Formats: sequence, structure tokens, C-alpha cells
Amino acid sequence: MESLTLSDVEQKYYSDLFIYCDVDNTKKVASNGKVLDLFRAAQLSNDVVLQITELCGATRLGHFGRSQFYIALKLIAIAQSGLPLRVESLNSVKDLPLPRFVMGKNEQEARHAAMYPDTENQGPYSSVIPRPPGRVQPKKVSTHEVIQPCVPTVDPQPDTTSPVVSPHQSPPTSPHTWRKHKRQASGGAVEQQPAVARAVWPPFREAQSGPVTGDGLWSAHSPPPVQESWVSFTDTPPSSTLPAMHPSSAQESTTVRTVASAATTNEIQRQASGYDDPWKITEEQRQYYINQFKTIQSDLTGFIPGSAAKEFFTKSKLPILELSHIWELSDFDKDGALTLDEFCAAFHLVVARKNGYDLPEKLPESLMPKLIDLDDSAGVPEPAPEVGFSGSPVEVTPNKSPSMPSLNQNWPELNQSNEDTAIVHPVPIRMTPSKIHMQEMELKRTGSDHAHPTSPLMPKPPELSEEKKLAATIKFPGTTVGDGYSSSDSFASDQEPISSAVTRQRSHSGTSPEGLKAVAPPPPPPRPHASHSRSSSLDMNRNFTTVPAGAQQQAGVVAFPPAVPPRPLATQTSVPHGHRSVDGDGLPAHASTSPQQMPEQPNFADFSQFQAFAVEQPADDGEKQQESVQVEKCADATGTMRAVKSEAQPEERTTATVNSAKGSTPLAPPPKPVRRRLKSEDELRPDMEDHPQKSGVVASVLATQPSIPRSVGKDKKAIQASIRRNKETNTVLARLNSELQQQLKDLLEERISLEVQLEQLRPFSHL
Amino acid sequence: MAVCVAVIAKENYPLYIRSVPSQSELKFHYTVHTSLDVVEEKISTAGKAMAEQRELYLGLLYPTEDYKVYGYVTNSKVKFVIVVDSSNTSLRDNEIRSMFRKLHNSFTDVMCNPFYNPGDPIQSRAFDSMVSAMMVQSS
Repeated sequence: MESLTLSDVEQKYYSDLFIYCDVDNTKKVASNGKVLDLFRAAQLSNDVVLQITELCGATRLGHFGRSQFYIALKLIAIAQSGLPLRVESLNSVKDLPLPRFVMGKNEQEARHAAMYPDTENQGPYSSVIPRPPGRVQPKKVSTHEVIQPCVPTVDPQPDTTSPVVSPHQSPPTSPHTWRKHKRQASGGAVEQQPAVARAVWPPFREAQSGPVTGDGLWSAHSPPPVQESWVSFTDTPPSSTLPAMHPSSAQESTTVRTVASAATTNEIQRQASGYDDPWKITEEQRQYYINQFKTIQSDLTGFIPGSAAKEFFTKSKLPILELSHIWELSDFDKDGALTLDEFCAAFHLVVARKNGYDLPEKLPESLMPKLIDLDDSAGVPEPAPEVGFSGSPVEVTPNKSPSMPSLNQNWPELNQSNEDTAIVHPVPIRMTPSKIHMQEMELKRTGSDHAHPTSPLMPKPPELSEEKKLAATIKFPGTTVGDGYSSSDSFASDQEPISSAVTRQRSHSGTSPEGLKAVAPPPPPPRPHASHSRSSSLDMNRNFTTVPAGAQQQAGVVAFPPAVPPRPLATQTSVPHGHRSVDGDGLPAHASTSPQQMPEQPNFADFSQFQAFAVEQPADDGEKQQESVQVEKCADATGTMRAVKSEAQPEERTTATVNSAKGSTPLAPPPKPVRRRLKSEDELRPDMEDHPQKSGVVASVLATQPSIPRSVGKDKKAIQASIRRNKETNTVLARLNSELQQQLKDLLEERISLEVQLEQLRPFSHL
Repeated sequence: MAVCVAVIAKENYPLYIRSVPSQSELKFHYTVHTSLDVVEEKISTAGKAMAEQRELYLGLLYPTEDYKVYGYVTNSKVKFVIVVDSSNTSLRDNEIRSMFRKLHNSFTDVMCNPFYNPGDPIQSRAFDSMVSAMMVQSS
């Protein structure tokens, strides 16, 4: 095609025209119908139009591309200026006025032509100016109506009803006005057109009076292009709406005028108002709809069932898909039936669609059925068109159906509730009870410790550790071994721990300021604590909890009886008694000997003190007995350790009893209890102390013995007596020696066993 | 969150099927088709005693390495199938249920339209928009 150079004004003008003709929004091709109508609006003869079409190349292409369109427009301008149509003149002609189009009329006529493919409508355009024949009258009416806005009447009344009137006039005409508004609002260059059209207005105004008469004609013409069922429809609206033309058109003019002159924003607003307006149902229309409604459903408050509505609207010959969409839009409450409002909305949408309006995605606000409870503004036209359109979707949703909102609300609530329930994960907190338990135990322990202030720290840590270990059995798997050991011990046999607790009590009491030696020291504090502490911590606490500090001994006593040590029982029964007797006997003897022993053996000082202590304590025997039994229990509970100890102790006691039973000399008992205590001390203390103690014992024994007199005179008797004494001493010493050796062996064995156990427990302690 | 949404009629032909990535539509079609077997199995076993209200939500039909398939059946044996991408954060069961609920409601609206003939492909714009909203949420 020939290259075309356009001035800026021309460019803008042509682009606006192209947009106008671009019905399908293709941005590339202008629909032939519109283009042709546009060309016809240029007041050119058909021949000229055809010629132009041919020249621009559209005939060849079969459609109007943008370039072809521009060329055609230029040619029209040339033709209008009277110049001959030449392709060469496209670029050569300078200062060419813009092609003039009588847009208003053309638009409507084009619309009309498009809607009703009647060749009749393509009559000579010139007929528009003079009073057109009957057929054309409706067009003229419509054009008049549209052109009216261009009349420079200044009535700044944003009357939204004005454009509505055009639809009222006849449904087919409504799109015309709409299109016109749209077009005029879209381009700033449109201003020129009103100026152009103005010249045409006066004649049209004159023709305005004609419309009234033209209605009948128009209505007469409306039936042919319309289906039968629509005849009645189209008949009434035109006749009813025409009278309202004047005010409406005047208002339209103001509206459009404002559009043309106002700024772009205003134009947009007006444009939007132009969009919204078509959806408004005027009273006339509404009345018509109501009448139609009555034909189907006499009761205005009733419903039209879907099937009946389907039949009715199918008569409009609209595609089922579009009818389905119209139904979706209009059936507000989605109940499958149409109320009066819904029916009117649907009808209006059908009419609009019939007239070329595109169906909106959402129901326009003006068409929404008035729902009293949900939306007050439903059905009220809003000056802000965007709001009308944007608001409609928002309102449609809540207004959809009374039940829907509630349903919609329920689901999110359910979701939330479900989510909430799903979130909850009970987290068991094991720490606290054990912690609390530990704290309690510690408190009790502290209380008990307070009761026994002299209790060495050693038992404390073991106790704490034991308790912690016990708690750790739940929490800390690391220390399970020791815990398990202790806990199992404690749980397995409550008696033993109790006994050990009691022994601990004993030890606590025993380890009073007097020293490490207990009155009747069965279990040495360190070792038995090592064993008993783990197992007996809980029980100690139990004892402490159950019994106040003062009554601990009693509690121990109470707890004590059920525990019956197996092995040393026989011996125990005898031992305690013997022990008691021994103690009883030994006490004074010891007391007597103690002073003697004291200077020589400082160790014995402790014993004497212990003896005194034991004497002071009335429950000594019982304690001793308990201790012994506890020893047995401890032996059973802690296994070898205790067993060894108990063995050692009963052995000690047996030896003591033996010694006591023999009771030979007062020397024997004293040393024996002393020895026992020594032995207990030995158990308490490292073994190293035994030897010096034994030596001391021997020394004491020896010391106790009166020195052998060496007098010659009276020698025989004295000698014999001394010999006798010596022999006795020898025997005693020998016996003592053997016993001590036996004890030494036992202690060594015990030591070995303890060491073995220590090593056995060491790995657990490390955990 | 859905990658593919399908509505299958009682006679097991699709009334509506739509996928997000258009290039692998065939794969999704195949997936939906295979899922119908699982759906049939579920409704046959569960619906023996029709007196008891059969659960409409079928749950996860079967998972694959890329996606999971959920099913839902109406009382009129119309099946909804949703294919969800596994790469997304695993959707909660409630979310899937809500999606099916929305589908069911929109489908009901379509059914209520007198201009819709049951058995026709669903061409409702409202239904399309609802499905788009469901699928736009996903990647």
C-alpha cells in the first residue's frame, strides 16, 4: 500500500476512529460493518465509499486493517474536500481537513444495521437529514437522541437517567447511545466531531418532533426483525419511552457535553456512568417486564420456575451459553427460580445482549434484586460507575443467597476449628514431677540433715545423687545404671533401703560429734552409704516424709521389723543378745578399762566415748540390734557388699560373743567390744587402721595384764601363779591372735570384694 | 493449590477438566482417568449399605512422586478429582475438603441453571472463575 504520512492530529483522530470501529477489540482489524457505516456517515455517496474501500486495499484484503483504515479515512477527507480520489493524493494533499463524520447518526445507524441485518437500513444516508421515511425514523429518533447531547446546551446535570432513556426508547437503541458515549469518551479528538455534528443538529432537532410519530412506524418495523415473542416486547417500550425522550436527551447532551469538554478523569467518570447507565431499568421497562412476568406467573411475589424461564428466554434466540450466563447472573439466590426482580434483571440482560451489549461478568448493581436485609443499596444507581461494577461482585457474593453466606462462613470457621484442634499436641512434661519430687526429697533430706546436723556431707551427695538418679530413671537415661541399681534395689525391697536408711540414721546419729564410730556400728558410714544411699534415698525420704525428723529412729524402727535378714538371722538373734550382754557387761568393764586404755590407746578413747554414748542412749541395744539387722538387710540389699559387711559384722559379733561367751577374763570382753568397735571402725576406716588398732589392742591387752612379777620369794606360788597367768595370757593371746588373723582374712576378703564391687559400679558411675 | 481439577459425570466421562500447566495436560488427563478406578473402588466398598451416609470426601486416592490425587463423590455419582502438586507444602486435609466444598457448590449452581443440560460440558463462567481461583493459588 502507499505509504501514508499523517499529521499528529490526523494520527490521533484516525486512531480514535479505528478504536471506534474496532468492535471486536482486535486492535488490528476494523469490522467491516462499522467501517462502512462510518464511511457512510462521511456523507459520501456509496460509490465514493466503494471507491475508497477499493483504493485503500480493503477490498483486496477483505478486511480493514489499520493502515487500510487510515488510508480510507484520508481518502474520505480528500473526497469530502472535493478533491478527486487518487492514491497519490494521499500524501500530496496538504492541510487536508479531517474527514468529517456525522458520528451520532452513523453510530446508531450502524448499530441498528448491525443488529438488524436489513438491507433497508443501508439506504442513502442523506435521508437522515430530511425527515426520513418511516423506517428510518427510528434511527433518526435515536440519532436525534444521541445528537442532542452534542447540542451546546449547558445543563450540568449528571442525570444518569438520560442515557437510560435511550434504552427506553427502544431496546435496540440503547446500545447506540452506549456506544456513542463510549466512543466520545474514549478520545479527546472526539471534540471535533461534536463540532461537526453540531451543524447537523439543528435539522435533527427539527426532526425531533418527528420521532413521536415515528414510534408507531418504528414499532411497526420492530416486529419484522424480531421474533414473535419479542414483538410484544418491542412494541410497548418504544411507545412508552418516547415521551421521555426530550428530557432524557437533554440530559444526555449535558452528560456528553461534559464528557467532551471535561478533563480525562471526568470523561472516564462519565464514561463509566455511561457504562452503568445502560443497566438501569427504567420504570417503563420495568413495567414491561412485570407484564411479561405476569404472563408466566400471575403472582408477582411468586417465583418463575427455571423451566418456564428457560422456555421464555429461549425464545430470544440467544445462544444457550449466553442464556446460561444470564441465568447465572440473574438468579441471585441460586434457587433455580426467578423472583420478580431476578426476572427483570434477566430480561434486561437479555435485551442488552440482544442489542449488542456484552454480558458483564458480574451482575451490575442496578440489576441486583433488592434484598432488604442484605444490601440496602441494591438496585440504587450509583454515580460512581466503577463502584457500581466493582461493587456488584462484592455485593453479588453476599447477596447470592441467604444461605450461602452462612455456609461460606461456616466453612472457614470449621477450618479454623479443625486447624486449632490439629495444632494441639499434648506435650508431656515429665520434668516437673521428678523435679518437684527431687525438690521435695531434697527438702526432706535437708530437714533430715538438719535433724542430724553432724551428718557428713558424704551421705548427702550420695543421697542427692541417688535421688537425682532415681529421677533420672525417668528423665536421664545416662545414669540409669546406678539409678536402676538403686531404684531397683529400693523398689525391689523397700525393707533394705529402709534398713539402710535406718542405718543411715544410725550412721548419722553415729557420726555425731563423737566421731565416726557408731554406738554399735554395724555398717561403716562410707561404704554402706555408697550402697545404701542409692537405694535408700527414696526410702530415706519416705521415712523423712512419713515421720518427722525426731521420730526418724522410730520410723526406722517401724520400718525395720518387716525386714528379716536371711543369713545372719540366726547369728543375729544370738548376737544381739550376746551383744547386749556383752555390751552390758562390757560397758562397765570397758568403762573400767577405758580409762586404762585411754592413755595408751587414744583410739579407745573414742570407744569409751562411744560406750558412754551407747550407754547414754537408751535405745542402744535396740539400735544395735537394729543395726545388726540392718546390717543384714543391707547385706541382702546391696548384695555382696553388705553381705560381706554383715558377715564381717556378725563374725565380729560372733567373735565378740565368743569372746564374751568365753568371757574368760575381764580383759577379754573389754578388748572384744573394743575390738568390735575397732572392727567397725576398721570398716568405717580404711583397713590400714586395723593393724595399728589391733596392735593397740594387743598392747592394751598386754597392758591390761598385770605385769608379770619377777619376785623369787614366794616364788613358787607366785611363779606358778604367774606361770599360770602367763599361760592363760598366752592362750588368750593366741586365741586373740587367731581371731585377729581371722578378722584380718575377713577384712581382706571384704576389701577385695569391695574393690571388685567398686570396679563393677565404676562404669555405671561414670555414666 | 490444585494443579488439575476435573469433574467426571456419573458415566465416567469428563464434564470439566482443567489443568494449570497446559503442556502436561495429557498427563493430568491420564492421571484423572486412572484415579477413577480408585474412586470406583472406594465408593463400591463404602456404599454397600446406602442407608448409611457415605462420606462424600474420599481423601487421598493415591500419591505419586510428583503429586497427590484427591477424590470426592456426590450423591449423584458425580466425581470431583483434584490433583495437587506434592512439591507444595503439603496441604491440610481441611483445605482439600474446602476446595471440594467449593467445587460442589459451584457445581450445584451450574446444575441449577435451567439452561444447563445435565451431561453437557460445564461452560459456566462462574464455575471457571471459581476453579481458576483454586488453581491460581498454586504455583
